[in-house]
Amino acid sequence: MADNEFLENADGKTLSKPPTPGDIFFDKSFRFLTRAFTWATILLLAFIVYKIGGEALPAFPDLRIKFLFTSTWDSSQNVYGLLPQIWGTLYSSFLALILGGFFGITIAIFITQDFLPYKIEIILKNIIELLAAIPSVVYGLWGIYVLIPLIRPFANFLHEHLGWIPFFSTRLSGLGLLPAALVLSIMILPTVAAISQDAFKAIPHKTKEAAFGMGTTRWEAILRVMLPAASGGIFGALVLGFGRALGETMALAMLIGSMPTVTLSILSPADTIAALLANTFPEAAVGLETGALMYAACVLLLITLIVNVAGAVIVAKATPGGDKR
Amino acid sequence: MEPRALKSIVLSVITIVCAITACIPLFSVLLMLVYRGGKRLSFQLFYTLPPGAFDAPGVGGFGNAIVGTAFMVGIAGLISVPFGILAAIYLAELDPHSKVSEIARFCAKTMTGLPSIIAGVFAYAVVVLVMGHYSAWAGGIALSLLMLPTVMLTAEEAIKMVPNPMREAAYGMGCTPSQSLTEVILPVAMPSIITGVVLAVARAAGETAPLLFTALFSESWLAPNNPTASLAVLIYNWSSSPYQNLIELAWAASLILVVLVFVLNIISRSIGGKTKL
Repeated sequence: MADNEFLENADGKTLSKPPTPGDIFFDKSFRFLTRAFTWATILLLAFIVYKIGGEALPAFPDLRIKFLFTSTWDSSQNVYGLLPQIWGTLYSSFLALILGGFFGITIAIFITQDFLPYKIEIILKNIIELLAAIPSVVYGLWGIYVLIPLIRPFANFLHEHLGWIPFFSTRLSGLGLLPAALVLSIMILPTVAAISQDAFKAIPHKTKEAAFGMGTTRWEAILRVMLPAASGGIFGALVLGFGRALGETMALAMLIGSMPTVTLSILSPADTIAALLANTFPEAAVGLETGALMYAACVLLLITLIVNVAGAVIVAKATPGGDKR
Repeated sequence: MEPRALKSIVLSVITIVCAITACIPLFSVLLMLVYRGGKRLSFQLFYTLPPGAFDAPGVGGFGNAIVGTAFMVGIAGLISVPFGILAAIYLAELDPHSKVSEIARFCAKTMTGLPSIIAGVFAYAVVVLVMGHYSAWAGGIALSLLMLPTVMLTAEEAIKMVPNPMREAAYGMGCTPSQSLTEVILPVAMPSIITGVVLAVARAAGETAPLLFTALFSESWLAPNNPTASLAVLIYNWSSSPYQNLIELAWAASLILVVLVFVLNIISRSIGGKTKL
């Protein structure tokens, strides 16, 4: 009787039996399939690099390395140069990193260093994570109709009174580096904050207790003990944030003004590689211009791969378990 | 007061101000979406086609873009979810420490940082150039590249979190590795896997750059072999339109997109929150 009860509970299956030939066949093919898809992941990334590289290759004899150091992009004369876009990509990401990095680290300190009751801590964490959930195209729209009108008077005040500083040497006529970098910094803030939080949480409690035991104030403990202890992870967070900023497309395509200039002025329009691709690709002439754009895509891919790999390695080394992101 | 204590208080105040400042953009975006997008919100948006430039203000919608986004995210999910979960099973369960797994894990992590525009360029080269025309398929494939690493890495974590005694019990009952996976481990890990999938879907729904030159845009209803409209590209195209009507619709589309993304985020949190192993 007891036997039957067990059988009923197991939906008619016996609880234990050796695998049938069918089971073994299923097992083998299932395991083969998982292995195949693991290989496919590796091949996919290799294929992406190979394909984009392959499309760029025909343009290389015409454009050569010079492509990276000249500034004209003129499809009517078939002259292409990527220098302003490379500069704009690095400069806008750097500006975003200064601002987003500062806020990200400060918020990570605020959340992890017992400033807040647990409930408010969770709310703040969720708000910061939701910042990352908003699509970048919505940030672009917000940037055009809300942010730019808001910062324009302030930016032009800066130009009029501090115009001798190269950073403010032009007027902000609307689209430009400053609004683009501001939106970009909002977009990388959650990345920096999240990874920095992991770095702070990885520090053993005793470290802080020892600092307090020496009679430090809360901020002496944070600045002299906690920050140095977490510095490796925070550095990795900044590098990964920089990587995110380099590859970000839509907010920049909508806000930066797409003007190929090499400028220090944060109030001037500029251009980035990703924005160039977004704006030019759909209408590009087949032939050398498409080739030049593929070349540009290749450059962007290489820069972001290098920065992201570096960031991942730094984070993995600095915070055990922090490499899961 | 002692200068050290004073310094501590000043720094605390600065931190609080920073935290509040960082929250402002989120509330500003949400407020503007409700204010400017909410004005145009109606059922008409969901079943009408985009208006012509000279239609009366207040006319038209973007039903085709909603369908297009759903269709392309669906294709992306159909590709990336089985792909990601099967690879994750291998990484987490079958052979976690082999060279192949190490390299595949590294590749997936690298792909999380892949600029979304590069996914578009790749899909353009592989699908659009081969098929000879823009299509919803190309858009879906571009999106799947962005979903894959998220699905894979979260699924791997989810499978790893299944307690070891459950595995041992399954093996002890004479299960083959695959049986222990399909009967025991995957069902236990499923809520966490779904969390990752939902997050990936939420991200893909808002992606614009991969669709710009794979799916392009269209003014008519979904036809998968032709250029296809999506909410994200619609917002981009109409954001700088000279017509007030189209700008209003872009705000309404943004509101719908953000509500969708937030709902997906909340769903994934509530699924993930319930099943902390």
